[in-house]
Amino acid sequence: MLRLPPFRYHRPTSLAGALSLKGEFGSDAMYVAGGTDLIPNMKHRLFEPDHLIALKGVPELVGIGERDGHLRIGASVTLADVAASEAVRSRFPALAEAAAHVAGPQLRNSGTLGGNVCLDTRCTYYNQTAFWRGALGYCLKKDGDVCHVTKVGKKCVAAHSADTPPVLMTLDAVVVLAGPGGERRVSLADFFVADGILNTQREPDEVLTEILIPLDSATRRQGYAKLRQRKSIDFPLLTVAVAVGLEGDRVQSLDGVVTGLGARPRRLTGWQEIAEGRALDDGLVEELAERAHKQCHPLENIIVDPDWRRAMVAVYVKRALAKARAA
Amino acid sequence: MLMDNRQEIVRLRVNGDLREVGVPVHYTLLEALRYGLRLTGSKQGCDKGDCGACTVILDGRPTLSCITPVWEAEGSDVVTVEGLATAEGPHPLQDEFDRNGAAQCGFCTPGILCSAAALLERNPSASRQEIQEALGGNLCRCTGYTKIYDAVEAAGARLAETAAPETEGR
Ligand SMILES: Cc1cc2nc3c(=O)[nH]c(=O)nc-3n(C[C@H](O)[C@H](O)[C@H](O)COP(=O)(O)OP(=O)(O)OC[C@H]3O[C@@H](n4cnc5c(N)ncnc54)[C@H](O)[C@@H]3O)c2cc1C
Ligand code: SF4
Ligand code: FES
Ligand code: FES
Repeated sequence: MLRLPPFRYHRPTSLAGALSLKGEFGSDAMYVAGGTDLIPNMKHRLFEPDHLIALKGVPELVGIGERDGHLRIGASVTLADVAASEAVRSRFPALAEAAAHVAGPQLRNSGTLGGNVCLDTRCTYYNQTAFWRGALGYCLKKDGDVCHVTKVGKKCVAAHSADTPPVLMTLDAVVVLAGPGGERRVSLADFFVADGILNTQREPDEVLTEILIPLDSATRRQGYAKLRQRKSIDFPLLTVAVAVGLEGDRVQSLDGVVTGLGARPRRLTGWQEIAEGRALDDGLVEELAERAHKQCHPLENIIVDPDWRRAMVAVYVKRALAKARAA
Repeated sequence: MLMDNRQEIVRLRVNGDLREVGVPVHYTLLEALRYGLRLTGSKQGCDKGDCGACTVILDGRPTLSCITPVWEAEGSDVVTVEGLATAEGPHPLQDEFDRNGAAQCGFCTPGILCSAAALLERNPSASRQEIQEALGGNLCRCTGYTKIYDAVEAAGARLAETAAPETEGR
């Protein structure tokens, strides 16, 4: 049995209502969408807010539709609905596939796209009960002052472990954040920071209201591949997303993002230079996989052999590229 | 941190009945069902979203009640394993689980029945692969799954025979 700490639950029916509750309770309050990340974390005493502000009843956060040259997905649309949406599947098949591969079916019925983008980082030494963590003297990210992964470092390197952000990054998606002072837009490429304790640019009082994907990105061929222990439910050990813009059979633009390694998704570097103007053939795919392997260094933030995970980078990059070629 | 155990009344529609029950405000739906309403069919396994033993059907969708704050279920329709049978007899799934030997210790069974019932409600002719996918979030440590899939397939065939064609789709 894992009891929740005491809290009050608020169900505002407008965005203004949610923001004003947050204004009232400040750092004693947290937002909750599907709760599939936050509630287990609260059971582990990783967060103990006195107030939960539920976002599911906020009308500004629902729905999928086109707006100003973008596909707009409300932050509280569930992953099951993203995966099933014809508007998403027809244009952004890699996003539908990534959403369909998050966790298991029940979790996708509750878990939201906004919650996936805001997912807390994960680590073998962090996602444990208070008793377990206490026995080890806690760690930097929560209640302690050492990192059990790096041993020496003063920085948390817990793993960004969400499946949809790598795809959204390759599609040039933008998120809209609403705070007490109004709205701002942040490109997903800039949204994540390399700090395992708090790895996004979202201010604690800001609500992520919607995800915008340029319709132009639909012309890019997309690929997605995920490594996990049990295919039916587990978090990624590695997630790879690629998007290729072709002119005829020549590569015009190429993006790759890998996550499951460090505190933020890693945009693969050097790919555009290698690939531009060339045909996306087996030889090029090998070169790109090798280049990806060189720059990815999994850590022991997940207790699954880092050398094996590193070897898998090349394999999963090739699988993602194979899907893009077939698209 | 709040140190209290304040109780409030929550109104839940469970298996067709509107029920009111006083619960600590931080209860999950699972705790309200088990300790508030004494509906102990839904099981408390991992209690953190990993195993599916607590699965109930919330507005037609299989949902993990152990990580659902009870207030999220207010205004929704909750179906638990206790609500699957009717006055006429057990749900075809329950009957086929019996005939196929699809339960051993039985701990996972209520959650699996709920996931499977929601699937067959949407699509009684679900393929073997669709059944496997729909049960992907329900762990069973005993049966090896084969007999479970057999039972769901058999129940689906029975339901498809009696169902009108308009039950297609969501
Ligand atoms: C067994 C298990 C397996 C899982 N496997 C995977 C997996 O394979 N891949 C994966 O990516 N995830 C996985 N998850 C994590 C989780 O289910 C998903 O990431 C889900 O999308 C989280 O969304 P949510 O709505 O439930 O988030 P919540 O739990 O509601 O919120 C998560 C965090 O984001 C904040 N937040 C949520 N929405 C907003 C918003 N609109 N504005 C501001 N802040 C917000 C919350 O305050 C909280 O800090 C798994 C979870 C479990 C329990
Ligand atoms: S990476 Fe280090 S500091 Fe961060 S959660 Fe893991 S053990 Fe703690
Ligand atoms: S008890 Fe809810 S998922 Fe295990
Ligand atoms: S019958 Fe024992 S866990 Fe499934």
